[in-house]
Amino acid sequence: MSHEIPIDDGYLDMDLLRFTTAGSVDDGKSTLIGRLLYDSKNTFEDQIEAVEATSKKRGDEHVNLALLTDGLRAEREQGITIDVAYRYFATPKRKFIIADTPGHIQYTRNMVTGASTANLAIILIDARTGVIEQTCRHAFIADLLRIRHVIVAVNKMDLVEHSEERFNEIVAQFKEFASRLNNIVDMTPIPISALHGDNVVDKSTNMDWYEGPTLLYHLENVYIGSDQNHVDARFPVQWVIRPHSDEHHDFRGYAGRVAGGVFKPGDDVIVQPSGFTTKIKAIEGFKGQESEAFAPLSCTITLEDEIDISRGDMISKPNNPPKKDQLIEAMICWFSEDSQLSPRSKYILRHTTNEVKAVVQEVRYKVNINTLHKIEDDKTFTLNEIGRVSIRTSAPLLFDSYRRNRTTGSFVLIDAQTNETVAAGMIV
Amino acid sequence: MEEERHSYQVNHLAQLESEAIFILRETAAQFERPALLFSGGKDSIVMAHLARKAFHPAKLPFPLLHVDTGHNFPETMEYRDRYVAELKADLKVGLVQDSIDQGRVQEEKGPLASRNALQTVTLLDSIEEHQYDACLGGGRRDEEKARAKERFFSHRDDFGQWDPKKQRPELWNIFNGRKHHGENFRVFPLSNWTEMDVWQYIKAEEIPLPNLYFSHDREIVHRNGAMLATSDVVVPQPGEKVETRTVRFRTIGDMTCTGAVDSDASDLDSIIQEVATARQTERGTRSDDKRSETAMEDRKKEGYF
Repeated sequence: MSHEIPIDDGYLDMDLLRFTTAGSVDDGKSTLIGRLLYDSKNTFEDQIEAVEATSKKRGDEHVNLALLTDGLRAEREQGITIDVAYRYFATPKRKFIIADTPGHIQYTRNMVTGASTANLAIILIDARTGVIEQTCRHAFIADLLRIRHVIVAVNKMDLVEHSEERFNEIVAQFKEFASRLNNIVDMTPIPISALHGDNVVDKSTNMDWYEGPTLLYHLENVYIGSDQNHVDARFPVQWVIRPHSDEHHDFRGYAGRVAGGVFKPGDDVIVQPSGFTTKIKAIEGFKGQESEAFAPLSCTITLEDEIDISRGDMISKPNNPPKKDQLIEAMICWFSEDSQLSPRSKYILRHTTNEVKAVVQEVRYKVNINTLHKIEDDKTFTLNEIGRVSIRTSAPLLFDSYRRNRTTGSFVLIDAQTNETVAAGMIV
Repeated sequence: MEEERHSYQVNHLAQLESEAIFILRETAAQFERPALLFSGGKDSIVMAHLARKAFHPAKLPFPLLHVDTGHNFPETMEYRDRYVAELKADLKVGLVQDSIDQGRVQEEKGPLASRNALQTVTLLDSIEEHQYDACLGGGRRDEEKARAKERFFSHRDDFGQWDPKKQRPELWNIFNGRKHHGENFRVFPLSNWTEMDVWQYIKAEEIPLPNLYFSHDREIVHRNGAMLATSDVVVPQPGEKVETRTVRFRTIGDMTCTGAVDSDASDLDSIIQEVATARQTERGTRSDDKRSETAMEDRKKEGYF
């Protein structure tokens, strides 16, 4: 339904890029985001006035652009960021959604959350300290969450005399670590100074040796078109539409968001878990029928045959269905401060539009995310720990590997007592 | 393969629409008694339009809920009733006046009084009366700094309170609406939209709006740095400057706290142009946000929209 939005002006037809920012506490992440918003003219007078007033009150030397991204009172009082905050800005080319994640203790949980919907990650490195443990952790998480595009922003170049040698040294350090990762297909290093604005939006006059793009130019132009899976047709049924009206007496539509591939009227499809096959009758739009539907569009599908289908079922193609199993292997990140995961723990597992009970069959290993070494003698997960487990579910899941499909390969675990989301999972 | 030649480009509006429709359907599926908060403002109009598309050709599977301060622009009320009839939707109204009459809230005194803060009590009372377990709102993260941290599915305790430090992480497309008895959720399908996106979508989808959003001549009074429309509830005080100007409203709320802006923008194209070059944030015209630096955060914790 959605892709037929009439586009008669250029500005109505922009790309959307979602990115996340990663850096340790003093790497200047908030300053960088503030600088991006300010220099790309995405800030308003009343915001700048408020920031100027607060900077003055706190006795800051410069107008503190980091304050543009500070949200809650506790954060402003303590000068820290508590949680993932989302920021929005646009240039004539693209609209951007930034998942801004804090650098302190709950960092892993927040970065995993921010990274789960991002196409690109900016990993900030302080030019003075170079690649440190936390940098490796950030790169590992970006890779684990299958972010394919990474910008390595070497910040505070003004504090190392804008040195090309220092920059090259840091890039080499980073590449050496990143060679052990799998999913990053595109890595772009950029020397910047967020505080002074060098190479953020405007090209630096202090680093003539650097001939690459500015940060914003790269964000505007990086090609992300191939990040969606348009090969494996996947449609998790979200809601069944039955109008019960005179006009649409026999209408029975399956509403959902395409999770992969392409669906067209006349396509042979299989509905799981029942296993019935039929054909697509129509793809219903608000103003008439559509010729196709593909990820990530929401649509409503009608089928040739009357089959009993409900929420949580999966529609796909008979020659290429998802895997169906009650046993899965997954990487998980533990989110709970109040409880721990250990073998035999039971949870509610939510996957696409489906919900089942799940038990942790075995903890294979945990990962030391600073060294990437496996930990095999400790089987308990506490807050922010990442590792591999096997899980058995009360009913079969219809899934793909996370590597192949981010939507049908991901799940969360929910504590049945507290209803809290306690873990994020990526099916291996 | 033909499928590999196809570009499958999806522009930003189509992506935002798809996401919002997904959230609306998820709300209908995960909750027993959802309701869509409808004020007659442009964000709630866009929400109702998206809901209509999400469940087409069926009717909306939930009612619309209007928390009515009694201080509405008459244009908003006309629009509301016409639109509700067109949607064949079920409209419930929670009256702030009832909360005042029942002694549930104390009306602010004096000429500068606003019922804006009182809406929270009426909203929470309506939720309790109808036992709504999820209220769909048009709030956007770009509107205000406290909202930048809001989830799509925002959990509220038995008292309707928001605890920003205890929010559930939201990953991918997976939303956890599980709750204990008495708790409920606020759901924000437009979380990722900006003011510009809303206007572009209104244009792309040709959604009719109340004429308050377009420039017109109106008598206004200058108060606290804002231009308020004069009416029964905004009576000019001695010494206040009253004049007729060509204005429009960027947001529409209670008449006592929604300021007008000078504008010649009389159609969507000129509004989009104006939004693109605006020097003040959208809520810069809302005196309710200006009461303190954390005004919105404080109201949200109490259970505001």
